[in-house]
Amino acid sequence: MLTATGLSCVRGERCLFTELDLAVGPGEWLHVQGENGTGKTSLLRILAGLSPPAAGEIRWNGEPTRTLAEDFRKELLFLGHHGAVKEELTPFENLSLAAQLDGTALDETAALTALARFGLRGREDLAVRFLSAGQKRRVLLARLAVRKATLWILDEPFTALDVKAVDMLSGLIVEHVKNGGIAILTSHQTIPLPNGKILKVGA
Amino acid sequence: MNAVIAIIRRDLLLAMRRKSEVLTALFFFIIVVSLFPLGIGPESTLLKKIAPGILWVAALLATMLGLARLFAPDHADGTLEQMVLAPAPLGLLVTGKIIAHWISTGLPLVLLAPVLGLQFDLEADALGILVVALLLGTPLLSLIGAIGAALTLGVRGGGVLLSLLVLPLYVPALIFGAGAVEAHISGLGAGGHLSLLAALLALAVFFAPWATTAALRIALE
Repeated sequence: MLTATGLSCVRGERCLFTELDLAVGPGEWLHVQGENGTGKTSLLRILAGLSPPAAGEIRWNGEPTRTLAEDFRKELLFLGHHGAVKEELTPFENLSLAAQLDGTALDETAALTALARFGLRGREDLAVRFLSAGQKRRVLLARLAVRKATLWILDEPFTALDVKAVDMLSGLIVEHVKNGGIAILTSHQTIPLPNGKILKVGA
Repeated sequence: MNAVIAIIRRDLLLAMRRKSEVLTALFFFIIVVSLFPLGIGPESTLLKKIAPGILWVAALLATMLGLARLFAPDHADGTLEQMVLAPAPLGLLVTGKIIAHWISTGLPLVLLAPVLGLQFDLEADALGILVVALLLGTPLLSLIGAIGAALTLGVRGGGVLLSLLVLPLYVPALIFGAGAVEAHISGLGAGGHLSLLAALLALAVFFAPWATTAALRIALE
């Protein structure tokens, strides 16, 4: 259960939002909506703990995320605007090194299955810089399939994906939420997923 | 601990794939050091006297070359965000990155220095002291440099700022590092200089990762 009370965000001189409350429980997902520049990404970064809020508090299962620190980060998977994918490494290396960074060993078959699921079969040993933007994005999304985390925070996950990949990703999110997970995501598209809440930022 | 090893492995793998960056610093070091004997001429007493200083200054500048790229690529592609959000403490991961930086830039300098030192007619035992001094000094350069690289992360024209920030902090390493070899040649013994260099290194090992982590957090906000 992720709850936030009285969040405010100030970027430079501008106040993006104030007194923002939200609560997402297991089996639910939250669609953060708003126009460009209203603070969707800032909100997600604050929730993930990348930047501190100007005011307000975020609690994970009743405990402030600031004090939980590592215990909260273990439960969290954050995918931001940038790929977090190394251009010089192959998709397989990217995936397995990211898993090791998370402190979990990833066996080869699991990694290859995840990559194959996102249509990257046969490209496991090709450096990522030779892949298209959409394929790079797919490498990143393959992490969703291998990393065990309760809370997914995804910033514009559908960007640069084709119709098939959008379906696959939606399927992955539905599965995650059905298994008691929580997902928070931003997107300008309408997302055809059940059990969703909508939060409008800057409205 | 596994995460630290993963970071070191990843950064060394990246250094292998981006060979030009590592080789640029290395060739810079070789060329700068080799130009001095050519320019000054075969005057062995003078060469012997200036050798430690030149080798150290060249090592310092060679380390500076790649420093701006220590965190910048990770910052640009979002890997740094993932490092902050990884379950392992950021300080440990940063230490891993610094170790990888030293292995890919500092260690080759240490290994090359005795070969280049031959051009200056240094004796075998002086070369030995030079290697020990560099072995203690180059990790210190990586550690201090990481603080500067983190502080100037995302700043426009950060390269110049980085030099202004880091080079003054390198001065103690330069004085004691070059001083160790000079003291040995003049018969005073290098023990004192080396001990001070080791003390500086111990201090930096404790404080540099912590300062770098704080600077990185500010850069990401």
